[in-house]
Amino acid sequence: MQEFLQQLVNGVSWGSIYALIALGYTMVYGVLQLINFAHGDVFMLGAFFGYYFSRWTKIAQEPTLLGFFATLFFAMAACALVGIIIERAAYKPLRARPRLTVLITAIGVSLLLENGGQLVFGADPKFFPSLIPESRLYESASLVVSNLPVIILTVSIALMLLLRFIVMKTTIGKAMRAVAFNREAASLMGINTNNVISFTFLLGSALAGAGGILVALTYPKIDPLMGLLPGLKAFVAAVLGGIGNIPGAVLGAMILGVSETMVAGYISSTLRDAIAFALLVVILLVKPTGLLGSRVGEKV
Amino acid sequence: MKRLLTFIGLFVLILLANRFLPEVIDSYYIHLLTLSCINIILAVSLNLINGTTGQFSLGHAGFMAVGGYTSATLTYYLGPKLVLALDFLPAVLAKNFVFLLALLGGGLSAALLGLLVGIPSLRLRGDYLAIVTLGMGEIVRVLILNVEAIGGARGFSGIPAYTNLFWLISLTALTIAAVTSLTNSSHGRAFLSVREDEIAAEAMGINTTYYKVTAFVIGAFFAGVAGCLFGHYLQLLHPNSFTFIKSFEIIIMIIVGGLGSIFGSVIAAVILTLLPEALRYLGPVKDWRMVIYSLALIVLMLTRPQGLFGTWQPDFRRWWPFKKLKPVS
Repeated sequence: MQEFLQQLVNGVSWGSIYALIALGYTMVYGVLQLINFAHGDVFMLGAFFGYYFSRWTKIAQEPTLLGFFATLFFAMAACALVGIIIERAAYKPLRARPRLTVLITAIGVSLLLENGGQLVFGADPKFFPSLIPESRLYESASLVVSNLPVIILTVSIALMLLLRFIVMKTTIGKAMRAVAFNREAASLMGINTNNVISFTFLLGSALAGAGGILVALTYPKIDPLMGLLPGLKAFVAAVLGGIGNIPGAVLGAMILGVSETMVAGYISSTLRDAIAFALLVVILLVKPTGLLGSRVGEKV
Repeated sequence: MKRLLTFIGLFVLILLANRFLPEVIDSYYIHLLTLSCINIILAVSLNLINGTTGQFSLGHAGFMAVGGYTSATLTYYLGPKLVLALDFLPAVLAKNFVFLLALLGGGLSAALLGLLVGIPSLRLRGDYLAIVTLGMGEIVRVLILNVEAIGGARGFSGIPAYTNLFWLISLTALTIAAVTSLTNSSHGRAFLSVREDEIAAEAMGINTTYYKVTAFVIGAFFAGVAGCLFGHYLQLLHPNSFTFIKSFEIIIMIIVGGLGSIFGSVIAAVILTLLPEALRYLGPVKDWRMVIYSLALIVLMLTRPQGLFGTWQPDFRRWWPFKKLKPVS
């Protein structure tokens, strides 16, 4: 039972990180119908931005909670900027083109960030400093809860609530939903769709940046290819919940995070990477639009 | 009769190339030729699925892995016994007969997987199919990682070196010929109609699922054959060779060449096999080669999204001396 609880804690904290990345995928897909393959690499950039920022500001030597938030904020801002640049430079010129073209460009951007990252940061893994002074919140014979997963969970939930507030309550959020619903009609209603799309990339990339920092705190080894697999899995999570659907992304990410840690803990850790895709295939075959997705009628 | 003579002539020519080319050309160039041939088979077969039929599949590396591992298992575990049983034949023939069986086994196992994945998932469209095939490829890879009999995470080593120029050249030619004539047949028209407008094709009485599955199975078969050639060339198969990055590489080839252009796929496969090698010689630029590669892809998409050749195909039948065929406009 205790071990189960321990796995559950780990699973939920992984799930919340997947959720942060999945939200970016799902928002971009909702607004642009584009699988942004480069999203996982923005997540990697977030970890590196945090790494260099914390070294530059000497936060790495004296970890404080304030320093952690400063690093988090910096990484989010920098990633948001990168997200907007990617959108403007690579995706915007292709907006009228077939979706396949944009998808391939996204793969190209992803390869560019990975290989460019290897060139700039070096291919060797770096060790991310522990920005939070660690303490034990609860300790018993077999269950240990340190403050790290709790902080990760709190930060991700806070960010998700903030995102929900922005999308549901603010004017720009309303505009985002309008563009997702029908881009042309939205632009006829006087919405500047270009700005809305850029804003979507800003939000999604900032969340990915936060995810990068949070993962780097749990698994301090960071390298330019670290975004590949988490990025892909977060995408799977988004599809699982119904791509384009924000609560669905969180639900899918939680299911994925918990089932992965359970499989790794009870069956075999090498099967961990397969479970995501097995879940995906099963869900898509049973309910092709994902758990919370709604069926869209085919336009002729 | 004339046709038969041509085939015999070509056969002899390939045999001669197989015998003498390695002696006159540096082994490094033979290596490049081998990789080019394998990539051509992969690109042309994927082009049948993604280009001709318009189904975006991201799982070609998975089919390649299944073909490679199945054939390697055949030649590694059953091969020696079979060679022994065939000892009344000359050694060369026995060895190549075993390899032929391995090629067929590799191709058929990949085709079977294509059928298994294709039937349920080809009812999905567009992005979802891409995701399922990508997932399929990863599942295959993780399963291979967990099977100790074929090396698991260490990789499968000790595969006999059966791949030679004869098999490479003839199978490359066979793949190109098969896919080209398939595309030019009435079945090929059905593939194209599925690509252009699935709903309209359905309305015209074309069984779209059947054609999508067919394209998928044939594409997977040749990917399996390529995997078999790959494994018996390197004498080593490793699960890390078959990640989705490998699938991306093949997709980039067909995109650069132009989706739907088999000629383009061949050219792009050769260029993209040689380009990273050529960039190696550029001294300080060498670290930048993968960056240049990805930048080139983005720039190509921004400026010429239909690829180098679009859907353009040279009409080889114009030079086919035996039977005048009416060119299709």
